[in-house]
Amino acid sequence: MTRISRRGLLTTGAAAGVLAASGLPLRAQAKRGGRLRAALSGANTSDSWDGRTHSDLYMIASAQGTVFDSLTEIRADGSLVGELATDWEASADAKTWTFNLRQGVTFHNGKAFGADDVIASLQLHVADGAKSAAKPIIEAITEMKKITDHQVQFTLAGGNADFPYLLSDYHLLMYPAGQIEEAIAKGIGTGLYQVESFEPGVRMVATRVDNHYKGDEAGYFDSVEYIAVNDNTARMNALLTGQVDAINRIDFKTEALLKANPMVRIQEVTGNQQYTFPMLTNVAPFSDVNVRRALKFAINREEMVNKILLGHGRVGNDTPIGPANQYFAADMEQTSYDPDKAKFYLKEAGMTSLDIDLSASNAAFEGAVDAAQLYQASAKAAGININLVQEPADGYWSNVWLKKPFCACYWSGRATEDWMFSSAYEEGVPWNDTQWGREDSERFQDLLITARAELDSDKRREMYGEMQQILKDDGGVVLPMFANYVQAVSNKVVNPDTVGNLWQMDNARMAERWWMA
Amino acid sequence: MNSVLKIILQRLALGLLTLFIVSIVIFTAVNMLPGDFAEAILGQGATPEAVASIRRDLGLDQHPIVRYFDWLSGALRGDLGNSFAQANFASFVGDDSGVRVSVAQQIAPRFANTMFLAGVTAAIAVPFAVMLGILAALYRNSVFDKVANISTLTSISSPEFFLAYVLILFLAVLNPVLPSLSNIYEGMGFGERLQKTMLPALTLTLVVTAHMMRMTRAAIINLLASPYIEMARLKGIKPMRVIIKHALPNALAPIINVVALNLAYLITGVVVVEVVFVYPGIGQLFVDSVKIRDIPVVQACCLIFAAAYILLNLTADILSILSNPRLRHPK
Repeated sequence: MTRISRRGLLTTGAAAGVLAASGLPLRAQAKRGGRLRAALSGANTSDSWDGRTHSDLYMIASAQGTVFDSLTEIRADGSLVGELATDWEASADAKTWTFNLRQGVTFHNGKAFGADDVIASLQLHVADGAKSAAKPIIEAITEMKKITDHQVQFTLAGGNADFPYLLSDYHLLMYPAGQIEEAIAKGIGTGLYQVESFEPGVRMVATRVDNHYKGDEAGYFDSVEYIAVNDNTARMNALLTGQVDAINRIDFKTEALLKANPMVRIQEVTGNQQYTFPMLTNVAPFSDVNVRRALKFAINREEMVNKILLGHGRVGNDTPIGPANQYFAADMEQTSYDPDKAKFYLKEAGMTSLDIDLSASNAAFEGAVDAAQLYQASAKAAGININLVQEPADGYWSNVWLKKPFCACYWSGRATEDWMFSSAYEEGVPWNDTQWGREDSERFQDLLITARAELDSDKRREMYGEMQQILKDDGGVVLPMFANYVQAVSNKVVNPDTVGNLWQMDNARMAERWWMA
Repeated sequence: MNSVLKIILQRLALGLLTLFIVSIVIFTAVNMLPGDFAEAILGQGATPEAVASIRRDLGLDQHPIVRYFDWLSGALRGDLGNSFAQANFASFVGDDSGVRVSVAQQIAPRFANTMFLAGVTAAIAVPFAVMLGILAALYRNSVFDKVANISTLTSISSPEFFLAYVLILFLAVLNPVLPSLSNIYEGMGFGERLQKTMLPALTLTLVVTAHMMRMTRAAIINLLASPYIEMARLKGIKPMRVIIKHALPNALAPIINVVALNLAYLITGVVVVEVVFVYPGIGQLFVDSVKIRDIPVVQACCLIFAAAYILLNLTADILSILSNPRLRHPK
């Protein structure tokens, strides 16, 4: 165990603070060395190196963030760059995509990386009976063709201008072809760090690869250690006693304690993580657009952000496109709490009062039951009687979500508009939790397909703006808030000025982007 | 000695019967919980096809009674089955290629950790509690006796996580002498391992001491009124010697019993302490497995817990027989 005196910590901490305040580019100070120790939640005994099963921070940070690479990568500022691909080109209809792959890359076992690995790795997601969340992305590819050892061509069923973005998905990891089973068992990737030990649900240690293709501009630590700590208090104790350098998801109630400690700092970013109340638009009374509008005016969004998120978030406008998206319609008129308007729309629907059930459990999001109670209280003033049905957390996603007509839910959001819409708002997709389809808005579904194949950015902005407007006015989701990602970091560790907001912990890439002070 | 052997065999047979009943109860209980492994593991991504595919791979689509007897016949042959959690995900393609982690492989390292924690705790708690009990009996009704009683009763009455946080506050935050994170792992040196295990071990010591100490005190005080102790005192033997030499051997039986019960608790009841200190023991594995409905692992954990109770109780009974000459040589 390394011991660092309290005084030593304070001085290095102060130095980092001065640097940040002076606005000097911190990147210039980056240096190699040390071990990053992070206590992360979202770990489970069922974790493995199979990217198809990844769904929570622990494995995303361990796999895509540390040991494995994908074809493309979204930077902290939201821009897209190649990771194992160097560049790509689309046909005019955005249907055929040609990717050039990076040369001279080797897997941790020495095998050279090439086109065969790309094809085999992506095909994993559509293998017979495979259980991959990225299946829809790969299913949309009708043909994968190896042109040369370092060039692959994808043909899509329909044009998709966002295709390179989709390939940055954390499920789509690159494995060595022909050795995939071994690679999944041992964790053999092309990432900056190679696995030293991995105990599912307990601990992962990886050491820096020598002569990595990312060079000296990334992966500054000699080694990283991710400790699985699902308990909030234990994570905070570990950080405060200096046993780890970073923790994710701090408990807002203890935020003041962390702020009072000069050795740690809090990192907070607003991304696309959203807490929602989806309604099934094919079930009465939610099939009536006026009822949906009434419910949107009957929720007090500001109150939710203040009381449920304790201020760590921003109000939502009933569209899933958030501040981390490129075409986020920030200037769209904000729907706010207005019982009179809610009553008006209720009257339009031919009702004077409305009785509905709202299913909620804290499995949907932390504080979902409280949020439902706030909703219940604010809706009462508009003549809407919400009966809160507390559902068991066990089996919430299989028994309540997508099944009960009105419930609580969360989404982590997506990097692009099309990705988000085609995950949950395209007619007939499995996660369409509002049953939103052509019956509700022909225009929306048409725009979705047109915008997807459009390569012109201005035209896309216009189309996505209109789609957000349609959802805000007529859509089936009440989306009261975007929740910030809040994490805490020891002053022994430095991060660049811009911290990624697509995922917790700098898009789960702290091993790549941070360094020791 | 034959009678002792007979008792052991009898008790072992009864123990096996108990294990059998426990396995039925656990299997039924886990099956009554809403959702199953397939739904739990897929979470928000549970599409009907994916759920059906996992159920097929793991045989969850069969009738529970068929599954139970499959498991039982395996267990009787010493095969506790494969962990669902690590099952079909190690496979290359979608279908189950048979690469699996057995329950034994999954549990073994965790169980070793739990035994290590129990061992360290027992090494601290048992001598400490018995000594405290003897001293309390010796100086009964003194200030020392009262302080010892009150403080041990206070610690046993407080919830474990509270004791844990108090210890963290004093020994890790205010005076950083011990680590609050007990994430021990394979290949860690014994010294470091011991240091990392110290805080959970101290917490558990506080939890189990009161019971053992009070039983020791009560058993000894009970004997102090008997004529042979009176006789020893009249001979002029020093009070400490009277207790150690004359009273303690006769008080051993109840003390051994309560020690055994507490040791069993150290193996089966440490879930909360493990979570607070992030100690990778069997308790955390058990909770994780219940959460994802990993029935084979849950079953195996329960059997280990039940077996720990049965064996420790049996040991306690045998030791108390051996410590009592009247029982050792029945007429």
